[in-house]
Amino acid sequence: MTLSPYDIFAALSGLLIVAVLVVVLVELPTIRRYLPAFLKYRHLLGTMVSRDFKVKYRRSVLGIFWSILQPLFVMLIVTFVFSNVFRVAIADYPVYYITGSFIFGLVSDSTGASLQSVIGGGSLIKKVYIPKYIFPLESCLFALISALFSFIAVIIVYIVQQYPFYPTFLLFFIPMLYATFFSFGLGLILSALVVYLRDIAHIWTIWLTAWFYVTPILYPLSILPDYVQSVLQFNPLVHYVDYAREIMMYGAVPGWQENLICAGFALVTLVVGLAVFKRLQDRFVLYI
Amino acid sequence: MSSVITVKHLTMKYVVTKDRADSVKEYLIRYLKRQLTRDEFIALDDISFKVGKGEVVGIVGLNGSGKSTLLKLISGVLKPTSGTVERVGSVAPLIELGAGFDDDLTARENIYLNGAVMGFSHREMAKKYDAIISFAELEKFQDRALKTFSSGMRARLGFSVATATKPEVLIVDEILGVGDFLFKEKSEARIKELMAGGTTVLLVSHTIKQIRELCSRALWLDEGHLLMDGATREVCDAYEAGAGAL
Repeated sequence: MTLSPYDIFAALSGLLIVAVLVVVLVELPTIRRYLPAFLKYRHLLGTMVSRDFKVKYRRSVLGIFWSILQPLFVMLIVTFVFSNVFRVAIADYPVYYITGSFIFGLVSDSTGASLQSVIGGGSLIKKVYIPKYIFPLESCLFALISALFSFIAVIIVYIVQQYPFYPTFLLFFIPMLYATFFSFGLGLILSALVVYLRDIAHIWTIWLTAWFYVTPILYPLSILPDYVQSVLQFNPLVHYVDYAREIMMYGAVPGWQENLICAGFALVTLVVGLAVFKRLQDRFVLYI
Repeated sequence: MSSVITVKHLTMKYVVTKDRADSVKEYLIRYLKRQLTRDEFIALDDISFKVGKGEVVGIVGLNGSGKSTLLKLISGVLKPTSGTVERVGSVAPLIELGAGFDDDLTARENIYLNGAVMGFSHREMAKKYDAIISFAELEKFQDRALKTFSSGMRARLGFSVATATKPEVLIVDEILGVGDFLFKEKSEARIKELMAGGTTVLLVSHTIKQIRELCSRALWLDEGHLLMDGATREVCDAYEAGAGAL
């Protein structure tokens, strides 16, 4: 049996996961000390999420429906541009696009909101003690719930396009969870660093645009040269978007290699995020 | 008497970078030019004391003596440079009134948000809601956005929420001066009520009269040093004599 580079990649990712789990196990007593504080502030988390919904849709007639309408309209525009103007030959383009963009949207919304969350919570951080990770966590939770509404848009597109629903469609939450854990890790890093260096906010907006184009959302990965495809294997979003399409569009369940890679990206980013955040959080109050 | 707050060798240094660099470019230029000079400012220098359960301690001192820094360290907002603060039980800080209020939300929503900041669930706050809104005398305004509120109304709401949760430690920084004289009397009465119920209170005020009335013990801070710690009368007399002499 020969191992393909893909298998090796998956195995390495698996090893990283094991390493992370070992670290978590070793640090378990420390982690358990944080549990009472987390439980105490779980109401705050819920209250903040509902506040975000209230503030976001205040004075808008359609309110939460915008979470469904917005992706639908963007999908219509993109489909028009790419099916009629550039003539990209992908079967069921609206379905293809919205399945990918929905995962990308989740990542870009959660990281974008997390990035501003600590600075935005400045007035609180300066006045009362609360666990600071609650800010990026809340941003990601809010983005995840919003994504569930956008998911209704995805279903609508499948229905309108008379695209078949495979039983594996029901596993849609798996790529969402991978993407959310990954985003939370990134969000922790971004929200902490941006306190000290505000430039990161601008850099991140640019990066999100670039990231959108190096992820096969508008186009299939196969149109790229082989070496570009190999490099893009290091883009976690390639895997998450692909995962979503496999289960939702093609009725297939990705194998253990793909799951190891997806989980590896998410878990490693999360642990790095937690470590970075923990190191930087004590001095937030002096810089906000 | 068991102590609720134990402060040991507490020191707080602020590193003040002159003209802080806000962007990478600026930082690099300064770094290369070696203009990143740092000043250290010692806000608190080796402070130790204990506060027992139910004690009401006033903290006096001139502006910049470190009073607010001390309260922020005790409430956990700041991390000390060295030394430790040990607390037992819940702390409701009134460092500035209405911490965590959101201008876009109504008074009602803000009460729940503020309660959540202190760790209370929606259900627990619902039980206290009527008492909070009536103490703040804001029944007519409970569903108006907070941004339409005057500073007095805001302060009343903040005070009302923070004291309604019956915290074990209440930290009060210069806030009893808010609102009209009627509310001032009411809030003093509320503080006394909490004191009677065993709440430990830390009070910072420039109104020495208030400290004399409410506190049994006082601390005098001067330029980060704990100059005096004792009975309110002695400390306040010394402070007024000393501060007048400066």
